[in-house]
Amino acid sequence: MTTLELEQVTVEFGRGARRLVAVRAVDLAVGSGTVLGLVGESASGKSTVAKAVTGLVPVTSGRVLLDGQPLGDLRRRSRAQRRRVQMVFQDPYASLDPRMSIGDSVAEALPQGRRSRSAARGEVAELLGLVGLDADRAQQLPGNLSGGQRQRVALARALAARPDVLVADEVTSALDVSVQGAILNLLRELQERLGFATLFISHNLAVVRYVSDELAVMYLGRVVEQGRCEDVLSAPSHPYTQALVAAVPTTQPRSSPLPVPVEGDVPDPHDQPPGCAFHPRCQVGPRALPERTVCVTTDPQVQAASRRHAAACHFAAVAQEAAPAGR
Amino acid sequence: MQRSSWLRALRTPTGAATALGMLLLLVLAVVGPPLMRDAATTFNTSAIRQGPSGAHWLGTDALGRDVLARIVVATRLSIGLALVSTLIGVVGGVLLGALPVVLGRRAGRAVRAFVDVAVAFPGLLVALSLAVVFGVGARGAVLALGLTAVPSFARLTANLAAGVAEADYVSAARLAGASRGRILVRHVLPNIGEPLVINATIGAGSALLAFAGLSFLGLGVQPPGYDWGRLLNEGLNRIYDAPVAALGPGVAVVLAGVAFSLFGETVAQVVGLRTDSRVKGAVPRLALAGEAQDGAVRAAPRDDLVLDVEDLTVAFPGGSTPVAGVSLRIHRGEMVGVVGESGSGKSLTALAVAGLLPPQATMSARRAEFLGHDVRALDDRERRSLLGTSLAMVFQDPMSSLNPALRVGRQVAEVAEVHLGASRATAAGDAVAKLAEVRIAAPALRAQQHPHQFSGGMRQRVMIAMGLVAQPRLLVADEPTTALDVTVQRQVLALLRRVRDEHGAAVLLISHDVGVIAELCERVVVMYAGRVVEEGPVADVLARPAHPYTRALVESVPDMTTPRTRPLVTITGRPPDPSARPDGCPFAPRCPRAQARCTQEDPPLMAMPGTRAACWFPHLDERAALAAGPVA
Repeated sequence: MTTLELEQVTVEFGRGARRLVAVRAVDLAVGSGTVLGLVGESASGKSTVAKAVTGLVPVTSGRVLLDGQPLGDLRRRSRAQRRRVQMVFQDPYASLDPRMSIGDSVAEALPQGRRSRSAARGEVAELLGLVGLDADRAQQLPGNLSGGQRQRVALARALAARPDVLVADEVTSALDVSVQGAILNLLRELQERLGFATLFISHNLAVVRYVSDELAVMYLGRVVEQGRCEDVLSAPSHPYTQALVAAVPTTQPRSSPLPVPVEGDVPDPHDQPPGCAFHPRCQVGPRALPERTVCVTTDPQVQAASRRHAAACHFAAVAQEAAPAGR
Repeated sequence: MQRSSWLRALRTPTGAATALGMLLLLVLAVVGPPLMRDAATTFNTSAIRQGPSGAHWLGTDALGRDVLARIVVATRLSIGLALVSTLIGVVGGVLLGALPVVLGRRAGRAVRAFVDVAVAFPGLLVALSLAVVFGVGARGAVLALGLTAVPSFARLTANLAAGVAEADYVSAARLAGASRGRILVRHVLPNIGEPLVINATIGAGSALLAFAGLSFLGLGVQPPGYDWGRLLNEGLNRIYDAPVAALGPGVAVVLAGVAFSLFGETVAQVVGLRTDSRVKGAVPRLALAGEAQDGAVRAAPRDDLVLDVEDLTVAFPGGSTPVAGVSLRIHRGEMVGVVGESGSGKSLTALAVAGLLPPQATMSARRAEFLGHDVRALDDRERRSLLGTSLAMVFQDPMSSLNPALRVGRQVAEVAEVHLGASRATAAGDAVAKLAEVRIAAPALRAQQHPHQFSGGMRQRVMIAMGLVAQPRLLVADEPTTALDVTVQRQVLALLRRVRDEHGAAVLLISHDVGVIAELCERVVVMYAGRVVEEGPVADVLARPAHPYTRALVESVPDMTTPRTRPLVTITGRPPDPSARPDGCPFAPRCPRAQARCTQEDPPLMAMPGTRAACWFPHLDERAALAAGPVA
């Protein structure tokens, strides 16, 4: 049983006027056999969380723990520690070395240790088979493969290291929808069979819902709500989660005019609003209800633990009643 | 494929000249010295300082040696020295430039800083002083030129390597525990090899020139040795009485330098690093289809039809036809969605409609009418004015369709100035009004800003505002929300719907996302492999698809009600290659319902209750109860 925990993780980039807090005091936990979905829009910090977990960016403060043992950034991780956390990237056209056969790419990730050439080849063939690729394609270069097939190779490479934690960062957003389904099915099947813990990151709420057991919603570098996936989505506490749920396109035709759950754009992360970062766009915040000045003055994160789904909203209960129409 | 592109390069004038020049240099360098060394070195006191003659084409020098023979013999030394110094430069540069990959962050930064400073020194000056340091002579000059070339190669290597080192596949290798050395050898060097080779070739050409310069100044090859620079020096003393003796080695240096540079360019072209700068012959945007001349007869516009395209085909040289027989009709104020995956031809269909196909594409159609005008019969100016005012286009990436150097208000105003002939002042006022109309807050202030100060959603609104200036009859939006956040996506879709409601403009929305189309459109056109496979009212088609492809497309996308316990529907295989479509239905190889007929006969679009579908065995059973609705 493995548990990955993030304890008050903060990641900053740059200094002085260019300083950017990409992730602010994030607490997350995911155990083996479960999938934690991380959803959010641009600048939410979800990909930075992925990089902090894999050690590709150093954590400014807070800790990433694997079974209670702190993991540093990649340079401070031992080979064995590196192996335990693997990642599948968004763009399968950028994540495979164009000059290396797919078999070599997978073989490179096999755990260190003495093994003969033919034994290694056997393991690679087994891994390719696991992700539904023909083992005799091992000699091919990525250029001969479609996007979906490349993403399968990337998955095989991640699994070659026999990871305890798999980080999947927008793994289907570069793929066609008909291929997306196959990759999601494969990921779920392997996850159930091999039992690793998964951090599944996507901007697509419907995709996250289909894959995840637990759900964390991020906005401007913070987790604003988290809990059991179905609980959060059936009764979202935070107005931002409500807006996200309401914005998911459905195949049910809509009335005219279309309901717009939230106005405005995600603010510049360099220049975050004071108090609750969502207040300038919030449908139940001071923009709509001017007496709610607390949203501008006080960070709702402080009391979050006591609210349902740890919602970072001063009016979580109120917000629930005022759920937007048109859902 | 690689070999054929080299052969093709040989057939271009540049390529042929390069090959000829390099071959000549090679032959001279190999054969020259053994054949002509005698003539080049034997003193002949009876023939001192002769001018050109039958026996000595370029005359003789102060010791009676044949100048032409000396030039030919010097080929080997001149080129050899240039190559050796280039080799020193490349090896040193690659080693130095690759150091940051192997070293830690801080040491790597120090190396890069050193390289940056070293590059700033003027090369020839450094070479001159180094040549003095190493001692005057060929060895000193080779070392000097080689070391001078090191910083620039180091910087090139470091920059290229830094680009590769950020690639996801290097991150993946690091996660897998690969050492820095392994990452350098297995991932970085193979991926930066091509540009390095090309630059080394071009560098050899300039090393040749620089070496000739050093020898000419007396800092390179010393007597009795001689290279072209040395010969140039000797010849220069007699420039007034025997100019050919000086010109000969000069011409040799120039020709060899040009040959090397051309070689580098040719390699670059084949490898594809430089784009072909030759201007392609202007290809007409719309090639007239043979039978398209009934346009005059039907000149009176049927007034509710905005766009009427029949049997549209878009072809590219090489036999690829990504759009093969698409018919599309859009009525006034209608919102039509075209859905399909990448390669389905949906974007090319939109570009063809807007007259924006790339120049190498050819379009043909049985009918192509916009507002009753046959767009193929219009001349350039008429087409520009018709499409410019009545058709607006919104693309996926608004940043690349806005000019980053111009203020936003100016760009919107320009539309009114160009197409409506408005004065600058009225156009500027109108632009602010249009920005307000697409709900940009503080429009007067925003009009003064540049596109980079706008968020993605706001830029997309600006694009729509530009389209609204001239009261369009059709707005073509190609994946307008794909680059946007979901909350912003809804805002833009709502804006598109308002444009229709308030301006009466028809909207053609292209998307890979069935959900986005369902949100906005009344009618949906499903494209697969360059043709329409199903078409009908959104409610009918998406709720009860008749074509197996539509059904798979709808079911493969999870939405907020998809049961988590069941696997998602998937489509096996890949769409056919647009240059080699199979006989029969293009979806047959991937279709679970396909039978023998499907692989032999191509199904046309057939009317079915509530929809039209190109399928011999559609999902009709589930639709049987549905009354036949109006089919567009």
